Amino acid sequence: LASTMSTSRVASLLMAAAVAASLPLDALATDGSCGSGIDCGAGIFHESLPYAPAALEPHISSETFSYHHGKHYAKYVNVANSMVEGTNLAGRSSEDVLLSAHESGSAGLFNNAAQAYNHAFFFKCMKPGGGGEPSGRVAEIIEKSFGSYAKFREDFAAAAVTAFGSGWAWLSLDPVEGKLVVTKTIGAGNPLTDGLKPLLTLDVWEHAYYIDYRNDRPGFVNVFLDNLVNWDFVNANLEALVADK
Amino acid sequence: RRDPQQLTKSLIPHSITAEHGTMSPTSTVGLNTGLRALRSVANLRSSSLPEGAAKTAAAYLSGAPSGGKHSLPDLPYDYNALEPVISSETMTIHHTKHHNTYVTNLNASLEKLDAAVSSGDVGSILSLEGALRFNGGGHLNHALFWENLAPKGSAASELKDGALKDALVESFCGADEMKKQMSASSVAVQGSGWGWLGYNPKTMRLEIATRPNQDPLQPTTGLVPLLGIDVWEHAYYVDYRNVRPDYVNAVWDVVNWDVVEKRYLAAKGE
Repeated sequence: LASTMSTSRVASLLMAAAVAASLPLDALATDGSCGSGIDCGAGIFHESLPYAPAALEPHISSETFSYHHGKHYAKYVNVANSMVEGTNLAGRSSEDVLLSAHESGSAGLFNNAAQAYNHAFFFKCMKPGGGGEPSGRVAEIIEKSFGSYAKFREDFAAAAVTAFGSGWAWLSLDPVEGKLVVTKTIGAGNPLTDGLKPLLTLDVWEHAYYIDYRNDRPGFVNVFLDNLVNWDFVNANLEALVADK
Repeated sequence: RRDPQQLTKSLIPHSITAEHGTMSPTSTVGLNTGLRALRSVANLRSSSLPEGAAKTAAAYLSGAPSGGKHSLPDLPYDYNALEPVISSETMTIHHTKHHNTYVTNLNASLEKLDAAVSSGDVGSILSLEGALRFNGGGHLNHALFWENLAPKGSAASELKDGALKDALVESFCGADEMKKQMSASSVAVQGSGWGWLGYNPKTMRLEIATRPNQDPLQPTTGLVPLLGIDVWEHAYYVDYRNVRPDYVNAVWDVVNWDVVEKRYLAAKGE
């Protein structure tokens, strides 16, 4: 089983098994991240970076991660938790909370819960030695949805570069149309609220790239696509969705 | 130098009347009037021309309905003038890259707009709304921003007794209280945006407002911009990293109160 799965997927299942066996989470020798679609049973929490802070250098510096992961992401988690404390959303996943906040129009809670989700998701979308063309199921479905990887890459880059402000570029599965779509969101926006299923994201808030690239967002976007995209994670997300059907 | 404030006023859609000598479809007259004003407002380089001439010369020099090309205004001080509050590196990137990109993209969008207007392609005209708002707003906002900053310790950075100080007492119980509120609002902006001190011509009082992204204050709220604080991350990340509150607190030392008061008097005077 393990040989046919990505390490992150194996880690997710180990994590889920550990939770079921009531082991303290920090007793696990995993990469520290909860897999996608797995309810870690701990509500919204500050998921560890899936790699060492310097692992993505020279593309993203450890300094950037110290702020992006250690401060920005941590703050969203803390504020979201303080907002759900004592409510019936306490202990629920960031996905559940953001969807609930969206339903109820609670902008503040949505911003923080969605940003907690978005950042955890984003950090997992990268890996050392990543990027370039995908393999596996996602490669086929990209071909089917966009015609070619090149077209997908063009659309994704354009979305990332043209977000009018702080935002995100997304590759998602549209479960109704049964194909992949590229979208962009502003602020804390997340495609889950449109019924789409996220597979890949790129953070284009300036804090994601300003330390390393200053104003050069297009440069950052290209580096992400060519050197960082964790297609294993994208495939795992796709597998999880297909398995759910 | 033409006061940007006076001219941004014309961007608020009032009654749509045919411009003298300009026959356009009714639906685009207001747009043309507004765009011509936008163009004139943004061309602060035309400070060498007398006030009235600057506006008409700009329109004359260009055959395009939207008034032709905008240019990046010079800073009123050196790139290092606002240190240690805002570094020379930040000012250089902020002005020559970010603001310059808004100008470039505004010009590109206006070219597309001209083509769409000339061919009567309403669909294309409408599709440009986002780019115009973003880049036009970006250009307007930054042009106002550079002018409401001054070196720390300079005479302009002191709030003197006078009409503005009195108005701050009337609207906020004083400058300190206003700063406290404006700081809180500016820090609380989610994502990219601006904090503003504005003049409400209806109530004749000062108000604090925030705008998301590059939405310009006056065209979208009717408030006349007196003082803007850019809270996009690019405004402070080099110098303050994620600590936006430190930046906002520090920026009060480099506010050009003379310009803020001038804008206030001009807004009130109308």
